Amino acid sequence: MSSLRLALVGAPNCGKSTLFNGLTGGRAKVANYPGVTVETRAGRFTTPSGNDVHLIDLPGIYGLNARSKDERIALSVMRGELDGDAPPDGLIVLIDAANLRTHLHTVLQMRSLGLPMIVALNMIDLAERDGLKIDVARLERELGLPVVPTCAPRKAGREGLLSRLDSEVSKWHGRPREATPERDLKRLQRTARALAGEVILTEPLMNRATRAIDSAVLHPVAGPFILAAILFFVFQAVFTWAAPFMDLIETGIAALGAGVGTALPAGWVYDLIVDGIIAGVGSVIVFLPQIVFLFVFILLLEASGYMARAAVMMDELMLRVGLNGRAFIPLLSSFACAIPGIMSARTIANERDRLTTIMVAPLMTCSARLPVYTLIIAAFIPPDRVGLFNLQGLVMFGLYIVGIISAVTVAFVLKRTLVKGQTQPLMLELPTYKLPNLQDFVLDLWVRVAAFLRRAGTIILATSIALWFLTSYPSGAGSLRESYAGQIGWVLQKLLAPIGFNLEIAIALVPGMAAREVAVGALGTVYAVQGGEENVVGLAATLQSAWSLPTALAFLAWYVFAPQCLATLATARRETNSWGWTGFMAGYLIALAYVAAGITYHGARLIGL
Amino acid sequence: MKGRRLTLDQLPQHQSARILGFLPGDERLVNMLREIGFAESDEVELMHKGPFGAGPFCFRLNRTLIALRQKEAAHILVETGDE
Repeated sequence: MSSLRLALVGAPNCGKSTLFNGLTGGRAKVANYPGVTVETRAGRFTTPSGNDVHLIDLPGIYGLNARSKDERIALSVMRGELDGDAPPDGLIVLIDAANLRTHLHTVLQMRSLGLPMIVALNMIDLAERDGLKIDVARLERELGLPVVPTCAPRKAGREGLLSRLDSEVSKWHGRPREATPERDLKRLQRTARALAGEVILTEPLMNRATRAIDSAVLHPVAGPFILAAILFFVFQAVFTWAAPFMDLIETGIAALGAGVGTALPAGWVYDLIVDGIIAGVGSVIVFLPQIVFLFVFILLLEASGYMARAAVMMDELMLRVGLNGRAFIPLLSSFACAIPGIMSARTIANERDRLTTIMVAPLMTCSARLPVYTLIIAAFIPPDRVGLFNLQGLVMFGLYIVGIISAVTVAFVLKRTLVKGQTQPLMLELPTYKLPNLQDFVLDLWVRVAAFLRRAGTIILATSIALWFLTSYPSGAGSLRESYAGQIGWVLQKLLAPIGFNLEIAIALVPGMAAREVAVGALGTVYAVQGGEENVVGLAATLQSAWSLPTALAFLAWYVFAPQCLATLATARRETNSWGWTGFMAGYLIALAYVAAGITYHGARLIGL
Repeated sequence: MKGRRLTLDQLPQHQSARILGFLPGDERLVNMLREIGFAESDEVELMHKGPFGAGPFCFRLNRTLIALRQKEAAHILVETGDE
């Protein structure tokens, strides 16, 4: 039969991604439009009568004002303004049945685009459970549009939509109607409210469970403490729960290296595979459990509806430094990895706030810094007790805090200099609490884990091989100093000597510029420690004798700031669409890293450490 | 007694009111408020004050919960029910 291009559109929190995942089975492709920095998800499914549907998932929007980048993306797709693409053949407009009265005008706005459309009255089961009754037949008649009640997570809840799609599509041939965009919002709302008044038969109060939970979670005093407790628990759990899995992976990688080692004859192939690839990529894969756990929590908090409350709670604090509450979610994600953090800044309506958020996101301590912090702390900080706490734990915590304080300071300065502007309003709908949908959760988690693994398989793999080459050649080089890496490090070291870095550090930083965690493996190679980074204890012991304490502390300070992640810079370039801002980000981070390491080094020497 | 007229940020907690309209002056802001759902004759109620009373307030708008800063809430004119 025919092939159709449909776009899925609706307000935020109306269950759009759940419907998308349900219809397409989650087999989505991220579609890039060349020339513009736009990324939407698209997938395929076949209706019962065999219509092949290409479904585009658009970001959530309330109307056609195009305030945020997300909203502009949605609009330009629906209007066919992106190069090469016609407008979609039709729209599936989603509306949360429980909020019909508040959101019906969004449907009227979409109707004014003139595209064929079907309205899905979603989460009808939850609305009915609250006691809401809607006259669907009448709504359909008055709107002049097909209206189908849906319950996106269940197959049965989507069947009505699919069969209706089949019967409607046959009437869609011919030219779409003329677009008659309604500019007068007041008139539109009056029409929508009158209609809602007619079709809503009974409308009970807000969801009771949500009200009960919010009376604690949004309590003026208890609320902030609950948020702090949740964040504390998340970070504790990430570190504690991930540890056994990390041990397991470390053991596995060591066994793999040994197994492959016995199968290969000694020579350059052995060196490349065992010392270069397995050790290099392995040093990164070890951090997979921490990343998985952090994203598990972030996704659960988001899907349950709590994250929007956290944003509200953080708003005042963020406002004082010149950001807004919505920046909380991107910045929290950046603790796992700055890349998804920078991308989720798209939900921030104000361009200046979005830019500031992107600029400071790399200062959040991402998981790639952990291998470096762990190594240096294990080597140089004694596990003494300080009151209730362990000194090593305190130093680690301190590094996180320094990152946060720096981000706040940089945001504060940026908002008063380069990205000056009025504070922007915060308007945030707080969704009804719900249990996260398993399929959505698994898919979202997979997207993030896959991105990390792809990075390990590409950038990290490439740098591992490159580093191996740079440290092993020119062949016949008797020591590292004579290798290519040694020669580059020699030049770099002249710049880094004033902040206490030695030649070995300079060499390790060469590949470490591509991805932070690579430096651990690189230090292993540089000091030719047998077993590379699987043997963290051995490397730590070597560093102890090779570095002074001020050097080690300066190295930690460097790592709080240095923009050593090509993937983050590439993402920033794409999201800001500006080489200038990307250059600025890299430049200010390097400058801060240099100054911070210098102050730490000389300060530590001054007090006799 | 007839209801009192005040701006939304002045509404006492847990007292519901009807929206009368928006203060003129900032058309862009009013459009944003309308798009997220605030409209004449809708029912609103202050549900939660911000953290330590300083952050955004959470309002019930019909059956929807929406967070607004006090500054923006001050652009919405409401009338409390008959007392």
